[in-house]
Amino acid sequence: MTRINLTVDGAKVADDVEPRMLLVQYLREKLGKTGTVVGCDTSNCGACTVHLDGTSVKSCNVLAVQADGGEVTTIEGLADTVEGDLHPVQEAFRECHGLQCGYCTPGMIMQSVALLQENPSPSEEEIRLGLEGNLCRCTGYHNIVKAVQQASGATAGATSEVSA
Amino acid sequence: MTAVADAPEGLEKEIGKERRRKEDQRLITGRTRWTDNLVVPGTLHLAMVRSPFAHATITSIDVSAAKAATNVVDVLTSEDLGEAQGVCINAWPITPDQVAPTHLPIAQGRVAFAGEIVAVVVARSAAEARDAAELVDVEYDELPAVVGIKQAMKDEVLAHPDLGTNKSALWVFDSAEAGTGGSADDAIAQARTDGIVIEREFRQQRLIPAFMEPRSVLVDPTGEQITVWSATQIPHILRFALAATTGVPESKIRVIAPDVGGGFGGKLQQTPEEMIAFAVARRLGKPVKYTETRSESLVAAHHGRDQWQKLTLAAEKDGTVTGLKVELEADLGAYVAIVGGGVPVLGAFMFNAIYKFPAYHFACQTVLTNTTFTDAYRGAGRPEATFGIERMMDELAAELGVDPLEVREKNWITHEEFPFTTVAGLEYDSGNYEAATAKAKEMFGYDALRAEQRERRERGDTVQLGLGISTFTEMCGLAPSRVLGSLDYGAGGWEHASVRMLATGKVEVVTGASAHGQGHETAFSQIVADRLGVAFDDVEVLHGDTQIAAKGLDTYGSRSLVVGGEALVRAADKVIEKALPIAAHLLEASVDDVKFHEGSFQVVGTDAKIALGEVATATFAAHNLPDGVEPSIDADATFDPVNFNYPHGTHLCAMEVDTETGAVRMRKYTCVDDIGNIINPLIVSGQVHGGLVQGIAQALWEEAVYDEQGTLVSGSFVDYLLPTAADTISFEVEHTTTPALTNSLGTKGVGEAGTIASTPAVVNAVVDAVRHLGVNDIQMPCTPERVWTAINSAGSGRETEDSAMPHFEGQEGAES
Repeated sequence: MTRINLTVDGAKVADDVEPRMLLVQYLREKLGKTGTVVGCDTSNCGACTVHLDGTSVKSCNVLAVQADGGEVTTIEGLADTVEGDLHPVQEAFRECHGLQCGYCTPGMIMQSVALLQENPSPSEEEIRLGLEGNLCRCTGYHNIVKAVQQASGATAGATSEVSA
Repeated sequence: MTAVADAPEGLEKEIGKERRRKEDQRLITGRTRWTDNLVVPGTLHLAMVRSPFAHATITSIDVSAAKAATNVVDVLTSEDLGEAQGVCINAWPITPDQVAPTHLPIAQGRVAFAGEIVAVVVARSAAEARDAAELVDVEYDELPAVVGIKQAMKDEVLAHPDLGTNKSALWVFDSAEAGTGGSADDAIAQARTDGIVIEREFRQQRLIPAFMEPRSVLVDPTGEQITVWSATQIPHILRFALAATTGVPESKIRVIAPDVGGGFGGKLQQTPEEMIAFAVARRLGKPVKYTETRSESLVAAHHGRDQWQKLTLAAEKDGTVTGLKVELEADLGAYVAIVGGGVPVLGAFMFNAIYKFPAYHFACQTVLTNTTFTDAYRGAGRPEATFGIERMMDELAAELGVDPLEVREKNWITHEEFPFTTVAGLEYDSGNYEAATAKAKEMFGYDALRAEQRERRERGDTVQLGLGISTFTEMCGLAPSRVLGSLDYGAGGWEHASVRMLATGKVEVVTGASAHGQGHETAFSQIVADRLGVAFDDVEVLHGDTQIAAKGLDTYGSRSLVVGGEALVRAADKVIEKALPIAAHLLEASVDDVKFHEGSFQVVGTDAKIALGEVATATFAAHNLPDGVEPSIDADATFDPVNFNYPHGTHLCAMEVDTETGAVRMRKYTCVDDIGNIINPLIVSGQVHGGLVQGIAQALWEEAVYDEQGTLVSGSFVDYLLPTAADTISFEVEHTTTPALTNSLGTKGVGEAGTIASTPAVVNAVVDAVRHLGVNDIQMPCTPERVWTAINSAGSGRETEDSAMPHFEGQEGAES
């Protein structure tokens, strides 16, 4: 067991973990952050995407011990409050019907937030390429792309608010 | 008095509104209840030991090392669980003499596909269970495996040697015998003399549903009822199957489908994993959970499609089709799954599609192989049928040298001809193929794209343009119980709903449909809000728990709205009926003088009125009810439709094909679907988009590939090509409307439409782009390699190797 200390969704946490424990397992099993989900075992689907120190990572592809000392934001820490005050990207996904079953959604939203941080005004092609690592089986991506476009418009004048 | 069908004046009508979904607030903030999120104190975890061989005798299983591992509770085999494990049922024996092997949840003595479970490990954590599964020592004697339909049909290598054959069932429909039309054989013979005969053989490759949430099941046996949480589309059917095959009384089983992350037919199953978890929980008296890995899901959750289709179309020289003969061979995999054998039969009524064919013959031979069992995948039988006929109509057009839309128009049912009884014996209630096609053509810019196509051909451009058409219809809304009974389907097709008027005026709606991404909470709230004149936000939709939604037949086959929605309407109408005498009593008026309007009961010609919510409160108090009236205005309804439901549409696709590399690129996709009246346009567009991409993916990318030994080589998301955002484009989606006549909302199903329609549109477009180079078919998925090979082996009318070969002896070329 290895002791790790990190900040997750603004809260300081510490645990003894097996060296082989994945960050996503740590989030789900130790912290109860079940908003982040596992969709594959080959890091193809991106359902487990979170932010680690400000950039998006597939949390199935990071060991919990690698996150030691880091700052993690999950889908559960993205909005200011549980009711209302959604992040513009969350709001845009709802507004544009960018989700159906919702399983890929946490990862898709976290990746979209990261995408817009890097490129606040992406073209449709840049959005599609930027989301290539996240699979969705319900939406055909059409409304996800629209949601990111809408969020980019909504945040264009206030990109500083798009924070992880 | 009658209830109003539409929202009363003054209240904004909910039906037709682009309501944002009620479901989304939780889903976008990560507050979810996927089965794997759920934890019951003391839960033990399961790992499955799976066979690496497609076909083998199990000579020994040594569990001692696994059992000795730290934190392992037990390791169990099929012998250990015995009859308590139940059996995986086939609910649709398509013929009385269907050959079907017994399907035990854990294999006993012999495995019949790679990935089949041979033992289960129970441990304190999932990781320890999986570690210990590696320690289970299974000795196998490998047997020859039969892989693929063509090999199975030979009956040389048997998937189940004790059955003596791989052939499971032969299901036949003939319009001459059924009295619904003439003889297809006669029509073909006639056409060989003085008409046109088109013969083709198409491959429907095997697909994997690949829902995003891997399957998971949690069983808690510590209550008076055994509670099963499962990532399933069919909690009610699963409960029935658990009870029927284990002997546990149905009343002692509660099945809950919590948040379910997609299904597409792939979670329409009574799975070995569910049966094993149920048996282990009962045996140990402890809660147990099993969550599959993605690789397990790809190899062990059921697959879909997998057919060879031999089609013969007879036509007069002017393009009027005179008969169609369909000979299918369908791969069941190693077992006949819950509705596995019935999937191609669902296509039997759809090969004639929107056309007025006078003669039709359909025969399907199902076969067993040593591969993962197959079952419903989005569209289930109807995409296969639509692909077959829409490809054939394009081939007929090419033979005639006319535009493919022209040959369709010549043969389709015109809008004046509805209701129309088809050669397959179905009565189509409504539709307007001309209107949908005209609108699609205009939106697509059909004529301009045809002009560009001609220009590129003349110029000899290395990138050629092809236009693909699919004018589809489907039968959905499963369905009339009597018809399902006549097809030997094991269940009915009704749906149930309850409307509960709460004391505070809020409304609880209970539906037997079980949503897993479809947006029922939102759409059903809209329906009830209009019907009862209550606020959208005051309606709560409950589903997916057999103790809450006690009756139901679940969600598949585009049935939830057209069957379940109608049940809801009827339950709501009963609430108004029950509330009327109470309202009249409270208003001190005669029942005959009171009318329900704008959510209130009003004395005609006066201002005196009482809101439905107030009646609910008064009924709750029950202080002042008319004599003999029960203190409840809650109501139930069970709806069994008299007919299937027939959405249709015209899909147009433009594909660019690089003739030097075989690479294909989708340029434009336009569809106009007639799905009757639309409850929520936003949800509908989402269903269409997602459906389109699944159908397009069959045309271009996806295929479950087995090697000769029966190993699934596309068994991970690295190898099984699900499309990404970067592979797809934005679509043009529109609608025309002819209301369905078989439900009061006038709605038609939309869940499968996009998938059914899009596959042939894409392949027709790819073939159209290179037809002038001598290509008349390309096997799906149309990979650059296959397209390149088709182009480079064509020219003299030769077909691509292994694709669309003319399999009719004694004939040269594809056309006779």
